[in-house]
Amino acid sequence: MERLVELRGIVKRFPGVAANDGVDFELRCGEVHALLGENGAGKTTLVNILYGLYKPDEGEIYVRGRKVELKSPKDAISLGIGMVHQNFKLVESHTVLENIILGLKEDGLKIDFERHRGRIIKLAEKYGWRIDPGARIWQLSAGEKQQVELLKILYRGAEILILDEPTSVLTHQETRRLFEALRRMAREGKGIIFITHKLNEVMEVSDRVTVMRKGRVIITKETRETTKAELANYMIGRPVVFSQRKVSAQPGATVLKIVDLKVSGDRGYPAVNGVSLEVERGEILGIAGVSGNGQVELAEAIAGLRKPLAGRILLNGADVTGMDAGRMIEFGVAYIPPEGNKLGIVPEFRVVDNLFLKAYRYPPYSNKLLLNWGKMLEKARELVKEFGVVTPSVFSKARSLSGGNIQRLILARELSGIVGGTPRLIVATYPTKGLDVGAAEFVHDLLLRYKEMGSGIIFISEDLEELLLLSDRIAVMSGGRIRGVLTRGEADAEKIGLLMSEAAPQAG
Amino acid sequence: MIEWIESVLALTLQVGTVYLLASLGEIYAERSGILNLGLEGIMIMGAASSFIFTLAYGHLAAITVSIIVGVLMSLILALMAVYMRLNQTVAGLALTMLGLGLSGFLASPEVRKVILLALNPSLPEKFLAIQEAPKLPEIPVPTLSEIPVIGCFFRQNALVYFSYAAAPLMWFILFKTRPGLSLRSVGENPAAADAMGVSVFKVRCVATMVSGGFAGLAGAYLFLGFQPFWQEGLTAGKGFIALSLVILSTWNPLRALLGAYLFGGVEVIQYRLQLFGLGALSPYLLAMLPYLVAIAALVAVSIGSVRKRIGAPASLGIPYSREE
Repeated sequence: MERLVELRGIVKRFPGVAANDGVDFELRCGEVHALLGENGAGKTTLVNILYGLYKPDEGEIYVRGRKVELKSPKDAISLGIGMVHQNFKLVESHTVLENIILGLKEDGLKIDFERHRGRIIKLAEKYGWRIDPGARIWQLSAGEKQQVELLKILYRGAEILILDEPTSVLTHQETRRLFEALRRMAREGKGIIFITHKLNEVMEVSDRVTVMRKGRVIITKETRETTKAELANYMIGRPVVFSQRKVSAQPGATVLKIVDLKVSGDRGYPAVNGVSLEVERGEILGIAGVSGNGQVELAEAIAGLRKPLAGRILLNGADVTGMDAGRMIEFGVAYIPPEGNKLGIVPEFRVVDNLFLKAYRYPPYSNKLLLNWGKMLEKARELVKEFGVVTPSVFSKARSLSGGNIQRLILARELSGIVGGTPRLIVATYPTKGLDVGAAEFVHDLLLRYKEMGSGIIFISEDLEELLLLSDRIAVMSGGRIRGVLTRGEADAEKIGLLMSEAAPQAG
Repeated sequence: MIEWIESVLALTLQVGTVYLLASLGEIYAERSGILNLGLEGIMIMGAASSFIFTLAYGHLAAITVSIIVGVLMSLILALMAVYMRLNQTVAGLALTMLGLGLSGFLASPEVRKVILLALNPSLPEKFLAIQEAPKLPEIPVPTLSEIPVIGCFFRQNALVYFSYAAAPLMWFILFKTRPGLSLRSVGENPAAADAMGVSVFKVRCVATMVSGGFAGLAGAYLFLGFQPFWQEGLTAGKGFIALSLVILSTWNPLRALLGAYLFGGVEVIQYRLQLFGLGALSPYLLAMLPYLVAIAALVAVSIGSVRKRIGAPASLGIPYSREE
């Protein structure tokens, strides 16, 4: 089979990290080649090099057997390489057509809108997509935006397609349709590099798979000759065992007691509508439910970020209803927000600043007036090591970290007890969402460790598997109410699903 | 009455052209994501150089040099804002300060004399000390200029005619051509444009130079075509009015045409009201009128554009770099 792309000995160093460390990779005609690895394994760096966005420090690139030097995406495009980035690179206020023909050289000065229009519709139909070239990007769904991204590169006659985590924003159905289109493109003889960290997708859509870890290629295999377990093994570097270290909840003191809590949502009506709950020391209370049923508002009320409309919140017996987040922190409440990269860090701040967003106000890190940088740096370095945050240094900007490492940073800040010792209560909202297997496992281990140390934990998740794995009890939430609480012995996916659907989410 | 309207309209066109020329260029800069706050400074440098070069070599040379000076000044901004990725507000204001100071220095009688002699040693003595220059001649269009009321559109100087043509032409380039699409995309989402092989730096640099050239030309027009009498600080904030006109026009050259005459008209009516004695209370209150209209217009446009999603270019004022 003809080789479309060959990368030999690619090395790319960023300050302090070798993102690619001698990578060899090959793409053939007519194949979907999955590039599998955890966040930060170097997959995106590698394809950015192939697309001319980064210059490799060492190594050679061959396209259709010819050695090439890619100075910018322009060079890559002219060689028939196209890339769909993980975050869509579309001009939101422009039309589909304008986005597709952007940078195209074939027109004269004046754009022939009508001709492009017809050709775009025809091309889209070939892959079973119905798209209006005159629609503005902001009017489209995520799946349609992705179709525009693909059309952008197909319209230029790209033969080598790179898709960086294309399914992360898609619904199940949209993913299906994408896979169908990709298979079709492969049948046409195109070569497709499909970056992912989801094992199911590798098995479903790819012909071959290359596994990367820590900037190196571990193995390249025919997909049909491998298994999910084997791939997971290569990806993480050790067997993944979802073992449960069983810790019996120490019977005892109630950490958190919520009585008939009502909390207003962003749109004005109550998102939490009369919730009563209790969490004990050393207990993980899972909260199951389709997201958007009041879970985040409940968590925010407990963390002091949202004032309850009615009801009471008691922490260790003390009434803390309506206290602000600063007071809650002093009471020992740790809050892991949803969407950590948006709500959990200040992206432009350095790692050390982000670690001390809470603790900077308290001794020994500051007196009344001045910050004690010596103490803070010392502690920050300790935390980075302890929580395994992969970062060039504590002075790097938080923005530059991968998703998994951002979450580790947030966990380090919230759980390490730099304010007031081990947290009494941990409120974790979707702490593993968007993380790969290794990072999610780390979060699980950490929650179990704090459970052992006696923290009460509220664990909000959409993932039934992990809820059943970790929780001592599971409360099912829907329409702003708790529909039922199941203990570890009696909870299973079926019962939870039944409780979720028992009462349709209330509107208004 | 018709005569009064005609004279107000004629003056409106003349004042409006200053705003129009300046904002046409600025629209290109801002559409590419570069906020050129140096407009005022570039304009006055354009005015000062047109003053000196008219005396030395005549109108054509003066206009050409003003444009070149404008482009050169905008290159300073391009260097700071595009390549060094400095804060555009600070860089632009610095450019304004530079222009205001430098123009005052270069056009001051002593310095001017030295420059004039260096440019043209055979210049008669009387030109060395005068504060005025010959105004650009009006070129009436036959027949059209004799139409009552709107005839005044066709009794203008060459730069006004140029501005009539420039607005639709620049609209066409912006919305109907390939370079225009690249320009708009760079200002909205430079990363997207970069990924499609458009050079963000090049586009932004060229757009900034266009804004500089037009601002220089606006300065030349202000001096040669409107009030050919040099005084320091001659632009008197007109650059900033042009900046607000850019927003009022929602970054559209054709709307800028209308907006420029609106602002010009308000300014002229303000003069006229003073003549009627309405400024008796305080001329300063009336002088505020153009600025009040500018603010009111901005508020109105902002409310409307939030609804229709035609806001500022999404990456306006944000430096771009790739490897991050």
